[in-house]
Amino acid sequence: MHNSDKFKIPVGPQHPALKEPESFSLALKGEKIMGVDIRLGYNHRGIEKACEERTYIQDIYLIERICGICSHSHSTCFIQAVEEIAGVSVPKRALYIRTLIAELERIHSHLLWLGVAGHEIGFDTLLMYSWRDREIVMDILALLTGNRVNYGINTIGGVRRDISEEEKQEILKGINILEERTKYYIEVATEETTIIKRLSGVGVLNYDDTLRLDAVGPTARASGVQRDVRKDDPYAAYSEMDFNVITDNHGDVYGRTVVRVKELMESYQIVRQCIKNMPDGPIVVKVPRKIPAGEALSRYEAPRGEDVHYVKSNGTEKPERVKVRAPTLANIQAVKHMLKDRYLADMPIVVAAIDPCFSCTDRLIAVKNSNNKNNHTMTWEALHAYSIAWYKARGIDFAGLNKNLKKRLEGS
Amino acid sequence: MIRQVLYSLFKKPATNLYPAQKLEMPKGYRGKLVFYPEKCIGCKMCMKDCPTGAITINKIAEKKFEAVIDLGKCIYCAQCVDSCIKKALEVTKDVTLAQLDDKKLKVVFGSDSENNRTEKQAP
Repeated sequence: MHNSDKFKIPVGPQHPALKEPESFSLALKGEKIMGVDIRLGYNHRGIEKACEERTYIQDIYLIERICGICSHSHSTCFIQAVEEIAGVSVPKRALYIRTLIAELERIHSHLLWLGVAGHEIGFDTLLMYSWRDREIVMDILALLTGNRVNYGINTIGGVRRDISEEEKQEILKGINILEERTKYYIEVATEETTIIKRLSGVGVLNYDDTLRLDAVGPTARASGVQRDVRKDDPYAAYSEMDFNVITDNHGDVYGRTVVRVKELMESYQIVRQCIKNMPDGPIVVKVPRKIPAGEALSRYEAPRGEDVHYVKSNGTEKPERVKVRAPTLANIQAVKHMLKDRYLADMPIVVAAIDPCFSCTDRLIAVKNSNNKNNHTMTWEALHAYSIAWYKARGIDFAGLNKNLKKRLEGS
Repeated sequence: MIRQVLYSLFKKPATNLYPAQKLEMPKGYRGKLVFYPEKCIGCKMCMKDCPTGAITINKIAEKKFEAVIDLGKCIYCAQCVDSCIKKALEVTKDVTLAQLDDKKLKVVFGSDSENNRTEKQAP
């Protein structure tokens, strides 16, 4: 390794700087990063396959646990797809409650990110401040849904819990405090010289590269790309909300900080509008357990960017296929580009700036090697035969078990 | 900043002395389940909807049911409470469920000969 002019440093899968297992292999020349190799897949939990073996109602709770921070995003995205297939029109009050929880979740996620970003650049006072304020919104969420994370408020055809007048007043009280504090953060982000000097020019991603690499969410908006599912393809009650899509032209980590902090202010406005305009009426409609055959794609603006769920149903109680594309998967290619020709010390903050969630990202990954001629797709039967042969070679025979299985399958 | 420092200097600690002082759970908190055997009709909708298979309804006699709840498997989503058409299941605010022995996590809710509710460990 020392003979070549490049030095390779593995960061992860187990590394103190990373909160989740993911592998970055950095090729260094001195302090400069010459290239990055990102290997995903250490957090694969087989959730998509597990969804196929559970009913739609059970899937809501499983999908919710894809991510701890944006649990409402995933469950709403999944449910929107299921409701589209079933042709359900969700009551308006339920849509408003979904929007309200979604925005509260965005507030908590952005405050969390602000603290993490502060920590990564050694500004721990910001971490203490923003996480203290995050408690306010966490308490509101606990009051509304019963839990601080994994709210479990969605159900097919509406929401599970209603919001009372006293709870609305509590939310407004909390939002007023948060708005005051956020004004201070905007002041810090735009005037504090240490932050500006540390973050400017770090992890630059220009407009064209953003489009080419298909970045989403605040990462894209910080590069001047005006892309927000809430505006472009309104879901839930967003079509009735008045808010701005925040963009910034810096294109670096500083821009991403500014976008997120300013987005907080927009979120407070949406929460206020939700509470003010919330219509009366039922919160849930009854949906049959069997969902008719069909397929749907659902988009949702999670705090980290666009979340996409695809659901295919076959007329039974269980989905045939569920596919999840979390925002981090769209942004991870951009990280590779951002890190190139930067210094090693910038790596933690550049990775943290996309607000990565690797356990969201780790879905099925097929490693394709175009140079290898032996690459081929295996059918289910071929894979089955291969597995039997593999075990036989190791002295385990499943022949009897297979016969029993065949008998049972034929019997049913 | 100075105001914040002075405020933090004189305010009471945010932590509380746990076993003596317990935090009040928020309204609508989903904790340990309770089962009312007299209301159950044995439709087993809760078993069907439970995402983790933590609840089992057993028929012990004619029109008499008991529920076996594995508190280690339960994810406290309270879907079974929503699914129950007779409201035989309810959530409590009980959170102190930790056990050193995993057998103690399996709880049987049933009734004795005088139709009083009982709660004991699974054999």
